[in-house]
Amino acid sequence: MMHLRTRFITQNVAKVLIWVAALSTIGVMILILFQILEEGLPVLHLKFFLESPRSMGREGGIFSTIIGTIALTIVALLFATPLGVGTAIFLREYTRESRISRIIRFGTDCLAGVPSIIFGLFGFVFFVIYLNMGWSILSGGLTLSAMILPTVISTTEEAIKSIPYTYREVSYSLGGTKWQTVTRAVLPNALPGIFTGIILSVGRSIGETAAVILTAGSSLIMPTSLFSPIRTMSVHFYILAREGISMEMAYGTGATLILFVLAINIIANWLLNRYIRHRT
Amino acid sequence: MLQENKIIIKEYNFYYNSSPALQDINLQIRPNEILAIFGPARSGKTTLLKSLNRLTDLVYGSNHTGTILLDGADIYDPKINLTQLRRRVGMVFDLPTPLPMSIFDNVAYGSRLSGITQRKRLNEIVEKALRSAVLWEEVNDRLHTSALRLSGGQQQRLCIARILALEPEVLLLDEPCSGLDPISTASIEQTLVQLKKDYTIIIVPHNVQQASRVSDRAGFLLNGELIEAGPAYQIFTRPRDRKTEDYITGKFG
Repeated sequence: MMHLRTRFITQNVAKVLIWVAALSTIGVMILILFQILEEGLPVLHLKFFLESPRSMGREGGIFSTIIGTIALTIVALLFATPLGVGTAIFLREYTRESRISRIIRFGTDCLAGVPSIIFGLFGFVFFVIYLNMGWSILSGGLTLSAMILPTVISTTEEAIKSIPYTYREVSYSLGGTKWQTVTRAVLPNALPGIFTGIILSVGRSIGETAAVILTAGSSLIMPTSLFSPIRTMSVHFYILAREGISMEMAYGTGATLILFVLAINIIANWLLNRYIRHRT
Repeated sequence: MLQENKIIIKEYNFYYNSSPALQDINLQIRPNEILAIFGPARSGKTTLLKSLNRLTDLVYGSNHTGTILLDGADIYDPKINLTQLRRRVGMVFDLPTPLPMSIFDNVAYGSRLSGITQRKRLNEIVEKALRSAVLWEEVNDRLHTSALRLSGGQQQRLCIARILALEPEVLLLDEPCSGLDPISTASIEQTLVQLKKDYTIIIVPHNVQQASRVSDRAGFLLNGELIEAGPAYQIFTRPRDRKTEDYITGKFG
């Protein structure tokens, strides 16, 4: 009888603990969102989005930082996606488990664990100074692409790994070459997984500050080329808050950031579901 | 009349990581016949089928000795075009393996690989293949819906159509009815008998009864050895070897 009773108690304690864990997660999330949006939403007007900052960001809008964020993220993805997807295809389809594949995988795992400031330092020394690209979209984008590369590689690898072996066998048995098999039977089915990895990376790029300040600068002037310095929304938020320039504008920027990431996720989800529904 | 053999297998041995899967196989396969390769699980039936279009190449650490001739030409000749071989010797797997795309795209998959892109030509190929696999009537109004929504029997006939679209010479069927109900099985068996006039068919049946229903000739495989091969009526009524008889009558298996 005693035994039954302890089991009963254990069961209930476990249930309570698990509920507490789940609810506090949601609670913290709601708290953060609520605080930022409550302070930030009143600032949001069309003018705030479409005007460039004036007097260090105390007045005006945040248009140049929105453009800077988008440009930087696109450049980072343009480099990281082909490199990362290519590496993952190489690891999964073109080599067996070998010394080379283990070294590459170990390398990417290590890269994934390196703090972003270290990437920033590397980007500053290598791209900004040594390659003389200055604080620019290109320097920042390249630095961020190195930072998100491990994520792209590992999510793509996972996605490719989950494709049934039979798809490949079928493709070969119908006279497919390796390349045809990879591009027509494997990749289209791995696309949702790859896409998820890219969206995760977008989130990291948009949110990064330290590495961006070191490599892309913090200029409020509208960029004109890949070699222009920029300031991203996250950096703008950081500077506005850190230097006490304007908490009001800082919250406005924060709210914009949150809505921005939310919109990307909603659109990505919608596209993904459409694609999956189309194929099954 | 002396019939020329379509496929000749001579002293063929196959190893996975040096453990033998097939030993000293000698077998001739005639054109336009249905040959059944039967035997208990893990006796090397699938390996024998996959050897015939070198899908065994995909298995790392595998190895072979001996020769396999297709129309007199060695399929292991280094100069042979591997994709061409796999088009000539098509394979249907034991479980239906539609790719996650539309019915049309599945059947057109192989043709597109070979560079056919004209819509009109693809339409013709797909219709012809689906008709040959006796599936056209059931799916012609929904060619562009996903193949995954078909029933198991329809999916398997789709896989047969997908191979037929390439107009192969030899069809390899590895337990094509293993996951299917008796009605679907019957419709596939009927399809096979119709296909015999145009193709050479080698089937691993999923039981002895199916072997005796569909095959012209049969070979009994046990532990990687071909115990005996001959006309189906002889194998299934008066087998020469004791082991064949024991297997057919259900003493083991």
